[in-house]
Amino acid sequence: MRPDTINNLLAAREAKRPVALVSNLDSGEQSLVYRDAVDGDLSLDHAIIDKARNALRDDKSGRVDADGTPLFVQVFNPPKRMVIVGAVHIAQPLVTLAQTSGYEVVIVDPRGAFATRDRFPGVTLSEDWPDSALEELKIDNRTAVVTLTHDPKLDDPALHVALRSEAFYVGALGSRKTHGRRVERLTEEGYSEDEIGKIHAPVGLAINAKSPAEIAISIMAQITQVLRTE
Amino acid sequence: MSESAIDLQSLDHDDVIEKAAAWRQSGKSVAIATVVSTWGSSPRPTGSQLAVDEDGNMVGSVSGGCIEGAVVHEARGVMEDGKPRLLDFGVTDEMAWEVGLACGGKVEVWVERVD
Repeated sequence: MRPDTINNLLAAREAKRPVALVSNLDSGEQSLVYRDAVDGDLSLDHAIIDKARNALRDDKSGRVDADGTPLFVQVFNPPKRMVIVGAVHIAQPLVTLAQTSGYEVVIVDPRGAFATRDRFPGVTLSEDWPDSALEELKIDNRTAVVTLTHDPKLDDPALHVALRSEAFYVGALGSRKTHGRRVERLTEEGYSEDEIGKIHAPVGLAINAKSPAEIAISIMAQITQVLRTE
Repeated sequence: MSESAIDLQSLDHDDVIEKAAAWRQSGKSVAIATVVSTWGSSPRPTGSQLAVDEDGNMVGSVSGGCIEGAVVHEARGVMEDGKPRLLDFGVTDEMAWEVGLACGGKVEVWVERVD
């Protein structure tokens, strides 16, 4: 790998710019394929560039041999994100699990006192109201949203945005009864059955979790299951 | 190879590239190994990476630990001549390689030098 290639890779990562590294496995020549540009000493035809961009979209690295030339497309997408609404006790172990699993974490909680920086090192904190915070964050198909406040005043506005976003996962803490009332409210507010059906609730896999850490594990496990199940 | 040789916090490929660049900048020879295809139940998915420096320091992984030793051995050759190598590991290649994947998978690993 040439010095400029590795430097450009690092720059793309720093700028959170998706990029695919295409390598000729025989010669070692490489080029970087961005959504809007191509750069490097390996010349690529349009078909290969398209395949590299599709790989970026699908977040899937793989061989794309062309006319007997062995090529490999390596996807470097920005980190997946987890948006947690509610700087509550469960959020602390969940942040640790999410970061270890490679997620960039954003905590949204307008109740300033809860979202103190000391409790959540390395996490982006937003004290905006959840609906405007989530709109600002531009929820994409590499983002998971989890609401943990138990308070409809805060959870519902977040769900309003999440349900009409591309989020690959939406989960909401609360018992079946709490969720029943949530479904009623969302239905009254005009959300369809399909939209409401996106919510994982009660949140997390059913592993009889009790403590905040155990509940966090069940949530992380469920997010992983949704992410990895095609 | 001891478990402590693998930095479990840095299994994400982005960290591997960063570490490789940092080692190279400090003047060391560095190679990057990438899983380019897999068959059956291989332990690490396509795209997984391992960086190794001339002293044998490693970051990332290309398997659960079963082929790293052989990859590092090949990486030394790649660091010397600069020619990338495509390596095959798997249960069917026991004659060619002293190592195999305990879980019965096959994996193709590409090793390149960081110039």
